[in-house]
Amino acid sequence: MTYVLDGNAIAGDLFAVYGREMTAVVGRCRKCGTASAVAELCVYPRAPGTVVRCPSCHAVVMVLVTIGDDCHVHVPALELEQ
Amino acid sequence: MAGAAIPGRLSWQLGRVVDAIDETSCARSLVLDLPNWPGHRAGQHVDIRLTADDGYQAQRGYSIASAPEDDGVMLTVDRLEGGEVSPYLTDVVRPGDELELRGPIGGYFVWEASLPGPLLLISGGSGIVPLRAMLRHWAAARAPVAVRMVHSARSLDDVIYRDELMRLVAFEEVDLRITLTRAWPDNWRGHRGRVDRDFLESAAWPPQDHPRIYVCGPTGFVEAAAAALVDSGQQPNTIKTERFGPTGG
Repeated sequence: MTYVLDGNAIAGDLFAVYGREMTAVVGRCRKCGTASAVAELCVYPRAPGTVVRCPSCHAVVMVLVTIGDDCHVHVPALELEQ
Repeated sequence: MAGAAIPGRLSWQLGRVVDAIDETSCARSLVLDLPNWPGHRAGQHVDIRLTADDGYQAQRGYSIASAPEDDGVMLTVDRLEGGEVSPYLTDVVRPGDELELRGPIGGYFVWEASLPGPLLLISGGSGIVPLRAMLRHWAAARAPVAVRMVHSARSLDDVIYRDELMRLVAFEEVDLRITLTRAWPDNWRGHRGRVDRDFLESAAWPPQDHPRIYVCGPTGFVEAAAAALVDSGQQPNTIKTERFGPTGG
C-alpha cells in the first residue's frame, strides 16, 4: 500500500540539510509551474528514499536519502524561493 | 541542486522523560525535560530517533502537544500496531528514561496568538495533538480571537484530552464540536459519522470572516476535510494542512 504524507514530514531532514526552516518556503514545480509551500508537497516516505512530488502534476520534484547521520537531497524539479 | 547535512544547525539532543500520562487506550503523553530547548511555536513537531543495539536507527516525527508557555515539552504518541517506534514510546518508555530528539521543527503549520482572524481547528484522531498546543497557546496568551474546534474520533473513549477539552469549552470564545464515527453513547447529542461538507459548513465561519484554518489528521481525513472546506467557499490559502500516516509508526 502506498502512503502519502506532506512536506511537514520532511521538515527535520530539510532543516538539517539547508540549515533553516523550509516548510513555509515556496517552491515552483519546473514541470508544470505550480507554486506550493514545501509543506504542501506530496511525500511518499516508503519508496527507496523519500520521494517528493508536485501536488498538481505529480512530477518528482525532490528525493531524500539518509545514510547514517547524513541526509542527502536531490532536487531535480523544484525552484525554491530564496 | 543538492546538499549534505550541515552539522550543528539542528542537533540531536537527549531529553529526559519526567512524566508519562495515558490519554486513551492507545495514546500516551510524554513530558520531557530538555536542557537545550530553545522554545517552540504552537503546531511544531520534533523528530525522535531510536537506535537499536546493532546500530539500526528508526526516526519518526511527533507533534508537540504543549503550548510555548507550558513548563516542559509534552508529546502525545498514538500507538500504531506493528510500528517500529510508537509502541516503544507508548508501552516501554518510563519516567527517568532518555530519548534522542531534534527540534522544534516546522514553520508552515504554526499558529501565533498575534495572528488576526478567528481560528478554526479541525482534527481527526491524534491530529488533535498540535491543535492542543494552539488551543493552550490561545488560552495562555489570551488571544483576542474566537476559536472553533471540530474533532473526529472513533468513540468518546478515543477522544484524546477529553477532560481538558471539556474544561476549555467553559470559555465563551471556544466552540467545540465532536463527531464520533464508530460508536457513541445512547444519549450522545453531538454529530455522528465522518466530517463532511454540511458538518464543516455548520461549524466554520463564513469565508468573508477570514478564518485561519488548520487541519491535521490521517491523510484521508485531511484531504476530505480540505476539499469540503474549499467546496464550501473557503479560500485555499487560508487552510493549512498536516497529514500523518502509518509510515512505519
